Amino acid sequence: MQSMNDSVKDSVRALLDKQTDSGHHTWRRVKDNMARYGIGLGGISVIIAVMMIFFFLLYVVLPIFKGAEIQAGKTQSYPAESSLFWGVEEYGEIGYNLNAEGSALFFDTKTGQPIDQYELELPGGASVTSAGYADVEQNIVALGLSDGNLLFAKFKFDISYPDNKRKITPSITYPFGEDVIELSDSPIEKISASLSEDTLTLVAAGAGTEFSYIRFALEESFSSDGFSLEEIDRQEVTADTPIDFLFTEPTGIWVYAVSRNGVLQSFLFSDSEEKLLENEKVALVEPGVTVRDVDLLVGGISMIVADDKGMITQWFPVRGEDNVYSMKKVRDFSFNGSPIVTVAPEVRRKAFVALNENNELGMFFTSSHRVVLTEQLDSQVSKDALALFNPRANQLLVKNGQELMRWDVDNEHPDLSWSALWGKVWYENYSEPEFTWQSSASTSDFEAKFSLVPLSFGTLKAAFYAMLFAMPLAICGAIFTAYFMAPQMRQMVKPAVEIMEALPTVILGFLAGLWLAPALEEHLPGVFMLLIVMPFGIILFGLAWHFAPVELKHRIPDGWQAALLIPIIIIIGWLSMSLSYPVEQAFFDGNMPEWLRQHGITYDQRNSLVVGIAMGFAVIPTIFSIAEDAIFSVPRHLTNGSLALGASPWQTLVRVVLPTASPGIFSAVMIGMGRAVGETMIVLMATGNTPIMEANIFEGMRTLSANIAVEMPESEVGSSHYRVLFLAGFVLFVFTFVFNTVAEIVRHRLRRKYGSL
Amino acid sequence: MREKFFKSGEHWVWFNAGAIAISLVMVVGLLALIAVRGLGHFWPKEVHHYELSLENGEKAHVLGELYEEQSPKGAQDDSETQLLIKNGNREVYGLDFTWIHKKHVTAESFPSDVVVLERREWGNFYGDLQKVIIDGAEVGNDKESRYAAMLARINEVNDVFEDIHDLEKSDIGSVNYRLEELRLERRRLELDGKDTREALAEIAAQEQQLKNEFEDLQTKLNALYAEAEKDSVVVKTIEGKELTVNFAMIVRAFQPNKMTGLGKVGHYFEKVGEFVLEDPREANTEGGVFPAIFGTVMMVILMSIIVTPFGVIAAVYLHEYSKQGFLTRVIRVAVNNLAGVPSIVYGVFGLGFFVYFLGGSIDDLFYPEAKPAPTFGTSGLIWASITLALLTLPVVIVSTEEGLSRIPKSIREGSLALGATKIETLWRTVLPMSSPAMMTGLILAIARAAGEVAPLMLVGVVKLAPTLPVDGNAPFIHLERKFMHLGFHIYDVGFQSPNVEAARPLVYATAFLLVLVIILLNIAAIKIRNNLREKYKSLEH
Repeated sequence: MQSMNDSVKDSVRALLDKQTDSGHHTWRRVKDNMARYGIGLGGISVIIAVMMIFFFLLYVVLPIFKGAEIQAGKTQSYPAESSLFWGVEEYGEIGYNLNAEGSALFFDTKTGQPIDQYELELPGGASVTSAGYADVEQNIVALGLSDGNLLFAKFKFDISYPDNKRKITPSITYPFGEDVIELSDSPIEKISASLSEDTLTLVAAGAGTEFSYIRFALEESFSSDGFSLEEIDRQEVTADTPIDFLFTEPTGIWVYAVSRNGVLQSFLFSDSEEKLLENEKVALVEPGVTVRDVDLLVGGISMIVADDKGMITQWFPVRGEDNVYSMKKVRDFSFNGSPIVTVAPEVRRKAFVALNENNELGMFFTSSHRVVLTEQLDSQVSKDALALFNPRANQLLVKNGQELMRWDVDNEHPDLSWSALWGKVWYENYSEPEFTWQSSASTSDFEAKFSLVPLSFGTLKAAFYAMLFAMPLAICGAIFTAYFMAPQMRQMVKPAVEIMEALPTVILGFLAGLWLAPALEEHLPGVFMLLIVMPFGIILFGLAWHFAPVELKHRIPDGWQAALLIPIIIIIGWLSMSLSYPVEQAFFDGNMPEWLRQHGITYDQRNSLVVGIAMGFAVIPTIFSIAEDAIFSVPRHLTNGSLALGASPWQTLVRVVLPTASPGIFSAVMIGMGRAVGETMIVLMATGNTPIMEANIFEGMRTLSANIAVEMPESEVGSSHYRVLFLAGFVLFVFTFVFNTVAEIVRHRLRRKYGSL
Repeated sequence: MREKFFKSGEHWVWFNAGAIAISLVMVVGLLALIAVRGLGHFWPKEVHHYELSLENGEKAHVLGELYEEQSPKGAQDDSETQLLIKNGNREVYGLDFTWIHKKHVTAESFPSDVVVLERREWGNFYGDLQKVIIDGAEVGNDKESRYAAMLARINEVNDVFEDIHDLEKSDIGSVNYRLEELRLERRRLELDGKDTREALAEIAAQEQQLKNEFEDLQTKLNALYAEAEKDSVVVKTIEGKELTVNFAMIVRAFQPNKMTGLGKVGHYFEKVGEFVLEDPREANTEGGVFPAIFGTVMMVILMSIIVTPFGVIAAVYLHEYSKQGFLTRVIRVAVNNLAGVPSIVYGVFGLGFFVYFLGGSIDDLFYPEAKPAPTFGTSGLIWASITLALLTLPVVIVSTEEGLSRIPKSIREGSLALGATKIETLWRTVLPMSSPAMMTGLILAIARAAGEVAPLMLVGVVKLAPTLPVDGNAPFIHLERKFMHLGFHIYDVGFQSPNVEAARPLVYATAFLLVLVIILLNIAAIKIRNNLREKYKSLEH
């Protein structure tokens, strides 16, 4: 049995161990080769991992800088013969047209085929003379009639999902009742209305320079599911200029009248006192230039003005130093110098589209100051062409004479541009261009502010204060540990520093926020005293030790100075803290933070000082370890030579050791800096996370990393906000990549240099 | 003499010594701070009874633990000192804490009969035990017997609660899990177009069966709740207000002012045990951190399984296979960069790539029936582990490579000279010898991962996970589930909790636990590494 077993084994072994020409066994060689390639692949996978992080971040970020794309649909003939007003529902599938006779036609935007027709219930003999949106999202339209009366109609779209397919059923309702509202005797030529949550403001003008301003309060009506209107203000105002364009906005306090020759008269109505407060006249264009089209952007704050020189300008009221608002030109877009035919704003974003006489279509975004797209059209743009976005802004319709043109629009991130991310931007309601980060707000027509400058500033500020605290302690500590310290003590210090490095930053942040910040506020003068007293105290003790009796000195061998100093440091620290209040009382009226505030310096409890100390604490071990390594590995024969020539240890250190180790120390600082820049939890917990741009040490900051941690979980995948947060991550990645690579190259050089010594 | 001191630069030496001494003082101070605050939390504090006479002449009584004493800056005497008292009884006072002025205190005593009730809701109760009502009848005719009866009943009710917990978590949890599986099964059949009448009927039958099972369990559960809730105690606050507290509300009762030293020690360890082994109560501000410990450990284990082979292979490649040239330098730069990339960037990458891209694809391919609810396409345990594995990869590589470089060349040459192939040499001699180094790397990686929070906030942790990632339902380990984590627990309870003041001691305790684990891991790593160094130092000579 045994022998048979053996013989089987032998034969198997012989098979496996078949010798090849090179003297290796086949199977073993195969294994060896497999291992070689497998391990090689494993090694290279590290590079792949880094590249993957880099390229994936880039892949998410890149669409930011992509322009818009439009895909033309088939041009159809416009389904209605006459048109006074037109619109489209949210998905862009069904459009509607209203003519002067009050006949409303719903049509399919893709085919141009009529779907349904309704006749508005107009009072006898009246026709519609003007129309304007009161609310674009809800398709509520204010109609001015030839008999001087008003009517509100809603183009209603009911969505149902029979068989899991979207079906939209159009109809017309009267949200504020079917009765007309009496306004004047003459036909209403211009009308503008604006619906907010609880008010409806309306301005209407006839042929002259007079206009009526009416404000209604919305009352929930019990009889129907709509609202009833209660008039709370009505005024007749005469403008100084012809009224060619007339607007009001959701808050109902501003009314703008614009004439063709470019004079804007803005009227400010008070919210409470029910009267016209003031008005202002501004020239929107140079003399001799004609205004072609004017419109308000979503939110009703910004006005865009297009002229016959191909310029489009954005205006909004800006609060001046005297607290008075005046219309200011904020930015302009040049559209190839060709007279502009029409502009049309997007419904949900501060973007607009324009057509010019050169048959070009352009898409623009205001706050990013970006021309997102220009496209040459095949057909001639007629003088009365009109453009229209659906609320989702993925469909663009143009009514060009009797043509209906349609495009699918892919325009995801027009709100981001280099200048929006890194430049000063003049946002609505701001008095000047600023760097601002404010990614979300409760309102839907909010202008997202994506400036990375305050965040980068905060990042660098936090890193700066951390380095200010960490660098001296870490480098000096490393010098002493590597060069002067007794080996036995070094064996204890190094693990202590490693444990310091291993402390989770969440714990440092927690202590910084909940323990250090209040403690600092309590003992602020003591902290600054500590900064001054500590070095002197240490040196004084050194001097005293120098004169101490020899017997005492002999008991403690050289290289244990640091251990001797520990009680001294504790005593100095305790003294400073207990002297803190007397000093505060003597110089700072008993309360230093309050004193600072009175002298115009803001003091936040969770400020840069706290972050500097906590993050410095986290960075010290990083710098320390690398610097200590660099100093310790300076060859002994160099120092011995210097010492033999009569230099003191310190002189040797400064003249011989430090110059040799300086690249290593430099790379330690770089890596420490990289760590400080990317640290998240400490800044998240130890500051107030306000994105401000103040260098003041007593104020907080918001860093790129903390910003990601705070906002990423709430950002919608694929939105501009999401991509900007990825960009912040990418910036951090690149930043630390540069720092680390430089540090690594420096260290590599250093290693080679020592190798030759 | 003095001139020599400065001229030779001696003062600078002292200065540098000061720097390292300051760092050491800071580390030790910080650890001591966490230890003192964290460990002190479990010690039963005496309950003070303050009699106050207020400015308007009214008398008042406050009963509670002295939490903090605060004097305004530079106060000469006690006249402005305020005391923060934890007086509990949240349903009566609205808050757990109250400030009193020390100057108002006319008398302070430690009534020995004060009973502290730890409750499942409304926080602690401080006051006197009036009646114990069991089965509708009052029990006990003096204080001692009443108290003893209450303790006995609390023990019984706690046993009932254990049963309830078992029933809810495992049995009912399992039924719900299977019901959900059936729902998905039906959806899957619909998607595949196999939703024949027979198949649907079978699922419906199974569902009915489970529902019946659920009803049974529910009845059982209701019976248990009824058993737990049937008795109550009547207690009196210091103001004389009587409250009825149901036994189902009481976790624990004790009389701190009566406790002996030994009793306090016992109580201390009981509390420590609760902290480590129990679920959190009252929005994480009371009770234990067991789910957080469990989640951290699970994540770390998964991460170790992923990171070790990759790290070791990369290190072996760098040290044993590659020629020292451009490629190795690029790899080293890559390793250093992996080590230097901020952890939050890993979080961003993990969220975008693993969670949304990989997870989303897995959902599309394998879990279409669960849509639109994501299965793997949302943050969870597996993605957190992979993200942290990537983050700790350089730690393992660097440590393993160091270990490899300490093994003398002669050993490799010996093996090769005997005819072994390279992989055989590695597998039989080099890798076993360097295994302590790999161990060191792994331990350091674990320590790093256990303390890392920022990336986890994006890829998997939650403040309160309803279920553990491991339970009795097949496939037993649920990699897609969200989990709790000690580090995140600290951040969440310390900064996001509605009742930060009450939660703070618990946060310190959690911080201490985390620091303790990490320091022990690091010390172990350092010891193993030093042993390894010693061992091969002797081999080299």
